[in-house]
Amino acid sequence: MNGPAADAGLDTLLADIDAARSQGLAAIAAASTADELSQTESGLFGRKSVLGRIKQGFGSLPAEMRATAGRALNEAQQELRTAHADAADEFAAAARRTQLQQEWLDLTETPPGPGRGHLHLVTQTTERLEDVFVGMGFTVSEGPQAETDWYNFEALNLPAAHPARSMWDTLYLDLGERTELGDGEGGEASSVVLRTHTSPVQIRVMESGAPPIYTICPGRVFRRDTADASHMPVFHQIEGLVVDRGISFADLAGTLEEFTSAYFGKAISSRLRPSYFPFTEPSAEFDITCVICGGAGCQTCQRTGWIELGGCGMVHPNVLANCDIDFEEWTGFAFGFGIDRLALMRHGIDDLRDMYTNDIRFLSQF
Amino acid sequence: MKVLLSWLREFAPIEGEPAELADHLSDLGMAVEEMRVLPPLDGVVVARVAGLRPHPEADRIQLVDVELPGATGEGTDGALQVCCGAFNMTEGDLVPLATVGTTMPGGLEIGERRLRGQLSQGMCCSAAEMGLGDDAEGIMILPGDLELGAPLMDQLGLAGDVLFDLEVNPNRPDAMSVAGVARDLAARLGVPFEIPEPVVIETGEDISTVASVDIIDPDLCGRFGVRVIRDVSIGPSPLWMQLRLVLCGMRPINAVVDVSNYLMLELGTPNHAYDLALVPDGHLGTRRSLGGERVVTLDGAEREMLRGDGVIVDRNDRIIGISGVMGAENTEISDRTTAVLLELAWWDRLSISRTSQRLGLRSEASMRFERGTDHELVPIALDRFCELLDRVTPGGVSVCRGRLDGRGDLPETARVRVRPARMSHLLGRPFSADELRGLLDPIGLRCAALDDDTDGALEATIPSFRPDVETETDVAEEVARHYGYGKLGRTVPRSPEPGRLTPMQRLRRDLRRVLVGAGLSEAMPNPFLAPDALRRAGIDGVEPVLLLNPLASEESVMRPSLLPGLLIAAAYNSSHRNDTVSLFEIGVVFGPPQPKGADPTARGTAAADVLPTETEHLGVIWAGGEASDAVHLTDLIATAFGLDVELANANDIEAMHPVRAAEVILGGQTVGVVGEVDPVVCERHGLAQRCAWLQVDVEPLLAAATEAAGRPYQLVSTYPSSDIDLAFAVPDSVQASQVRSTLLAAGGTELRSVELFDIYRGDQLASGTRSLAFRLRMQADDRTLTDPQVAEIRQRCIDAVENTHSAALR
Repeated sequence: MNGPAADAGLDTLLADIDAARSQGLAAIAAASTADELSQTESGLFGRKSVLGRIKQGFGSLPAEMRATAGRALNEAQQELRTAHADAADEFAAAARRTQLQQEWLDLTETPPGPGRGHLHLVTQTTERLEDVFVGMGFTVSEGPQAETDWYNFEALNLPAAHPARSMWDTLYLDLGERTELGDGEGGEASSVVLRTHTSPVQIRVMESGAPPIYTICPGRVFRRDTADASHMPVFHQIEGLVVDRGISFADLAGTLEEFTSAYFGKAISSRLRPSYFPFTEPSAEFDITCVICGGAGCQTCQRTGWIELGGCGMVHPNVLANCDIDFEEWTGFAFGFGIDRLALMRHGIDDLRDMYTNDIRFLSQF
Repeated sequence: MKVLLSWLREFAPIEGEPAELADHLSDLGMAVEEMRVLPPLDGVVVARVAGLRPHPEADRIQLVDVELPGATGEGTDGALQVCCGAFNMTEGDLVPLATVGTTMPGGLEIGERRLRGQLSQGMCCSAAEMGLGDDAEGIMILPGDLELGAPLMDQLGLAGDVLFDLEVNPNRPDAMSVAGVARDLAARLGVPFEIPEPVVIETGEDISTVASVDIIDPDLCGRFGVRVIRDVSIGPSPLWMQLRLVLCGMRPINAVVDVSNYLMLELGTPNHAYDLALVPDGHLGTRRSLGGERVVTLDGAEREMLRGDGVIVDRNDRIIGISGVMGAENTEISDRTTAVLLELAWWDRLSISRTSQRLGLRSEASMRFERGTDHELVPIALDRFCELLDRVTPGGVSVCRGRLDGRGDLPETARVRVRPARMSHLLGRPFSADELRGLLDPIGLRCAALDDDTDGALEATIPSFRPDVETETDVAEEVARHYGYGKLGRTVPRSPEPGRLTPMQRLRRDLRRVLVGAGLSEAMPNPFLAPDALRRAGIDGVEPVLLLNPLASEESVMRPSLLPGLLIAAAYNSSHRNDTVSLFEIGVVFGPPQPKGADPTARGTAAADVLPTETEHLGVIWAGGEASDAVHLTDLIATAFGLDVELANANDIEAMHPVRAAEVILGGQTVGVVGEVDPVVCERHGLAQRCAWLQVDVEPLLAAATEAAGRPYQLVSTYPSSDIDLAFAVPDSVQASQVRSTLLAAGGTELRSVELFDIYRGDQLASGTRSLAFRLRMQADDRTLTDPQVAEIRQRCIDAVENTHSAALR
């Protein structure tokens, strides 16, 4: 079947397909709910739908006509399916939106959780100091807080009745049986004190191990002091000890300078001034650039531009000898300063006592 | 120690800007704590009191007619009129007048003004107003020989003078004197230093006819020098001397006392003047007390001597002074004194230190003796005293011929071998023998080459004014000081080992962070407790370590537990309206020594036996928390460190809630306590709420954590797992954790986890019984478990629980 009659038949068929497509799209667009949409499905895609019936009639068509009409019909069906699926997605999304709206929450009305706690300022400062020294190749040593007179004084070149013992107001422990102490002079090698510095840890390190030694000793120390804005009977110190071959005073100065710029920043430097400690010789006072004024001079540094940080020096030969270290072969240096004061300085705290009230309003600030 | 630049210059030609000199002093180890340049005060001039008139309108002010060359004013006969609140001057006195336009050291500007209607044309000044000491009581009366109208500070030789306040280290006895400071500074500046030879004209009889010395205990007194001075009159010392004393922090008394103090400041030689008339035959003896003797010292206090204290006695063995500490009232200088018996001694340092500390008498003198005075200065200082006293006594004094010079045990002159190589090694910079000599000679450490020494060493002779220098290392400090600490190099030594924290130290940090992450804050309570703090905290069963010399009884007990301190901290917060704080502490608690039989004569190792035990604890207090909170925290710690921690319910643990407490068990050992604090204890501390509590021994916890940290990896199974739920009716006497352990043991390797997910108590269960529901997850590494296999494990678990715990599957 060729010729004009056949052409006319094809045109009609194509027009029918196009009409069915348009009606189908209109039906999809007309659906206002997901239910209505699903009700359109059989009318659009079922065997009895307009397009379905046209397709069923294809069997009687000549081959070339069937190909053209078939292509048109497939396109129409595809278009309807896409439109239907899009519409279905839209209804689903709208339904989900509606559902989520029900879950509205004021996030600011949530009661506070346990939150995070706070490390004590002394711990924070100690760890920061430890980290700097560990970075410089030091280990961290610890020792008992109650010590014999030997470790706290005598081994440190402070024999009994040494006048310099009055530099420390010492607390003694009452462990029974021990002989009566005369006028706070102490002196019994076996009398037990609360360590007045962490230097006894240095002695223990030297006694128990051979040089080279590069270690720091942070820890709690005790003095018979009345508490005031800048003193507490219980406070914290960090000391450092280096014993190696060829260690010199220049090594002490260089190490403290390296520490100073690592801990306080490049703008802060250090200086050493002659001083006196029984356990070091030569001894020095260790100053740093005033961290408040940067060295220009202010109230804090009494206009000198420097603040005193601690003491240091070359380990006294008697101290090395007390630990059976040959001071001709090995030399060393030691230094020490307060941890609490660094914490106060860093945060502008005026009164040391505030740090030990354990008031959560203080603790939670840091 | 305060020193005046003008005084230093009497020993060395010291020049330079004051600030520069201050830097040198600090750099030499004599830290300048304060420096004051005395202002010229040109506007304060010498004026004469021409007349005194009452103020017509005021009682407390008088009108002074002040005569000042070239000035005319409102006063009588054209004198200046000054209103003055002091009444200590008389007509004819010379006084300091601050003229109109002068700015005083305190900032006060002098202007012409009216006081109660009367014109005041300047101000008559007290010493304090001119910055010359503390005396603000009256107007300063000036000596008659000053030039009228001339600037006062100029006339007194003080204009531009510099006052340095030095901090002197205890090892520097030499720096406790003007001369010693001058010696050090002169060496630094490279200028010559000399103690001028005193000039004494002896006009009296020979001293041996009027005085004698007897050193009974030579180990106490190394040298005892005596001079006798007659024709002494006890009047005020001259203004220049008074001003120097005042500026250096001493109070002028009278000429003899002032000379004594002046000499001590100048040469560092404390001395004592007795009234010769009160010392029978002028005899001075010195010995150690046998104890029990009594003496009234110059301050009016009666002192009892202990055995060994040094004393000075007269011919009749009566105590007339405490050696090096203080004189006695019975021989004190008074207005009637006409002859002085002067003592200038060298005492054993430790003896003086002991006595002065014991008596609480730490004087300027004892401080110097303790540090060590210079025995070689004894004759010079004796003479200097005579020279000064002669100079300040109108008409002069008469000095007896000769000195007495008693000798006891003196330290031998120390000689120290100084090796240039050792100095270079210690100070980190090469020092040649010549360089060392150049630094040491000027401060009196005379160096000589040791000819036969292969190290090229020098021998330094230590001067008597440096008893602190005893060894080569001491000399190194002197070298460093005078070379300059700041000029020595800076090098950084490197440890052969890398720096690190020990595993325990790292884990202790982790532990803190786990707790902080759980919302706890770190507290640091006082480790000293009041005697009743333990009882208040419900702790009765321990004998705490006590302090022998506590500052206060509230701080006399070393804590045996962290509980009392944390309770106090919680109570403090509660009283400040923070009721629900949760705090933790990691700290040491103390217990009595536990001797392990160390050799008591070994000084180091024996320590372990005499020292109290120290145990590091973790303590957690949670005001407003319950036992379950503390248990959760325990679980959190266990999980954080990969530990199998078990709890064992325990009734009647000290300080704990009688039935809400458990022991914390790790590796079969009890390492702590968890639960709630006894409510009675809480109430005693004013804590209205429950308090959750956890205490753990840190050492075993972290030791286990260290081990757990290294455990090997367990392959994650790729096969599916199966869950089953089992609920048992279990009597209350059986801990849930026991049931769980039984399940785990019975389930075998394929039972991967057991979780308690439901607890039920109610009507459907017999009383004293509760239902515990567990979820069991089963999984194999190498296959999928079949249903019969799961059922078999399930039955094993059920059987085990029912058989072990008289429990029944529900």
